[in-house]
Amino acid sequence: MSDPTAAGRSPLGEDIFRYLCLSAATLLLVILAGVVVSLAIGGWPAFAKFGFGFLTAERWNPVDDIYGAAGPIVGTLVTSFLSLAIALPLAIGVAVFLTEFAPERLARPIAVAVELLAGIPSIVYGMWGLFVFAPWFAQTVQQPIAMSVTPGSWLDTLTQGVPNGANIFTASIILAIMILPYMAAVFRELLLTVPAQVREAGFGIGCTSFEVTWRICIPYVRTGVLGVIMLGLGRALGETMAVTFIIGNSHGFPKSLFDSGSTIASTIANEFAEASTDMHSAALIALGLVLFLITFGVLALARLLLARTTR
Amino acid sequence: MFKKFVIGAAAVAVGGAAIAADISGAGATFPAPIYARWAEIYSKQTGQRMNYQAIGSGGGIKQIKAGTVDFGASDKPLKPQELSEAGLYQFPTVVGGVVPVVNFNGLRAGRLHLTGEVLGDIFLGKIRRWNDPAITKLNPELRIPPAAITVVHRSDGSGTSFLFTSYLSMKNAEWAKKVGASDAVEWPTGLGGKGNDGVTAFVKQTAGSIGYVEYAYAKQNNLPYVAVQNKAGKFVPANAANFAAAAAGARWTSAPGNYLLLLDQPGAATWPITGATFILMRRNQTNAANGQAVLKFFDWAYKNGDAEAAKLDFVPLPLAVKAAIRKQWATNVTAGGKPVYVSR
Repeated sequence: MSDPTAAGRSPLGEDIFRYLCLSAATLLLVILAGVVVSLAIGGWPAFAKFGFGFLTAERWNPVDDIYGAAGPIVGTLVTSFLSLAIALPLAIGVAVFLTEFAPERLARPIAVAVELLAGIPSIVYGMWGLFVFAPWFAQTVQQPIAMSVTPGSWLDTLTQGVPNGANIFTASIILAIMILPYMAAVFRELLLTVPAQVREAGFGIGCTSFEVTWRICIPYVRTGVLGVIMLGLGRALGETMAVTFIIGNSHGFPKSLFDSGSTIASTIANEFAEASTDMHSAALIALGLVLFLITFGVLALARLLLARTTR
Repeated sequence: MFKKFVIGAAAVAVGGAAIAADISGAGATFPAPIYARWAEIYSKQTGQRMNYQAIGSGGGIKQIKAGTVDFGASDKPLKPQELSEAGLYQFPTVVGGVVPVVNFNGLRAGRLHLTGEVLGDIFLGKIRRWNDPAITKLNPELRIPPAAITVVHRSDGSGTSFLFTSYLSMKNAEWAKKVGASDAVEWPTGLGGKGNDGVTAFVKQTAGSIGYVEYAYAKQNNLPYVAVQNKAGKFVPANAANFAAAAAGARWTSAPGNYLLLLDQPGAATWPITGATFILMRRNQTNAANGQAVLKFFDWAYKNGDAEAAKLDFVPLPLAVKAAIRKQWATNVTAGGKPVYVSR
């Protein structure tokens, strides 16, 4: 009679436990629905007035109460994907190094450092970006490029911008640094789930370390990789403070890599406290809903991809 | 039994008012340092505590309208009509100045002369180089290189932006038509820094840039500022005396609802981009004790707070203005038809 599920135990306790878990799960759904509904209600005046044009128009004019969110939406997507493109290879590199190559004495401090990086508040990244990284970037990268490119060439068009390092590219780099630790940590956990026999079998048939990593371990965890990407992307989409400090905050489409722009989150952070008219607040809340839907869409897409690759 | 106790307690609170509850205020970030300093000294002297949340002028207006605070604070005065619709009364506390700052060719403070109209054209993106004839004409004695101009503005909603864009709207017709005046506008050009800190940092880091900050930030960071032409046609330096000159000339007593911008005031010494910051209170107080405590606090600050204000680079209101404001309280802030506080 050591089996805990056997008769003799109180079924009441089991039921209570089950309903507690059920209500916790339900509560989560209710909260989520509540967020969506309140954002939709709050943002409704903006959607009603501007319709679909709210998503496609570039003008953002609080004086005349004309709001178009295309600039922040594009800025959000560009910075998020750019930061992902920078952070992903680095995260894979860190995780592979930690699991495959690093000696124990080195692996531990690096793993701790990665966790520390994740613990730094975003405002600190923002300040560091504004006072240290942006000026450095302007001097050592942006200005030499601006001096050396032929005027009118495609590279010139791509690197146009104010020479002080406040632009979507530096914002993406800061974002990449911020999402890197999460991605690296999860990726490392994933690689640790590869059974030792599988890895050793690879070495057994004469594979090199590179081949074991690239052909065996990473394909083995590939569904998880998508999860890592989505985790990073989800964070990058919503990151606010650090981006606000360094992106340059101009509404409208960024015209080049080194142009200043804005994201949905930075626009809300900048203007919500002082939104003067009701339409202004409505437009900002509508922006919040758009961000929510983008994040939701990205995660849904990930689920879809995941379902297809596992099938 | 419990009911009796509550009534008794209420009677003590209203009648005695010996220990009023903490008074609460919220709003503008610009005067927050001086309000905090005054509150600190005041509470040491009287035991009355004040809790001020610097959430921004827009937030202050919203909070006082919603009735969640005893007073709101805003750098942007409400128009008389909006005041009466919301049942509010406003009065100024201290004065400050907005100064255009530049990072340009090792320039010293006040050396570069600009008019409001030229400033407007620069911020419109019409004037793109420092050696534009419009600028060189005003500065014949300076040797100005053909450097590109980078415009820096506030990205967050701010009373500083309100004062600056209001001034540009007064002096530059195209600015008034295309952009207008507000806490947040659609900036035609340039990049936005978050807060006075953000603007200061960008101007410091960017050669050829021009931005605008509260005077205290320009002074503390040694940023060279632009001498802006005032109404009398003079290019005066930005300093406390010249902000005070702008405040002295203003006719507070005849301004309905105390709605008065100190921009572009007459007088030889006035700094053209000067502004006051305001306190908003309900005309009809539901909690007389708290309303009284708020007015007592600002009465004390008017009488004793000037030295502290000056230390923090704020400019006190002229004595005559303060006297006129203190007189207004008796008729403008009431509870049940009776004044909550009469200043002596």
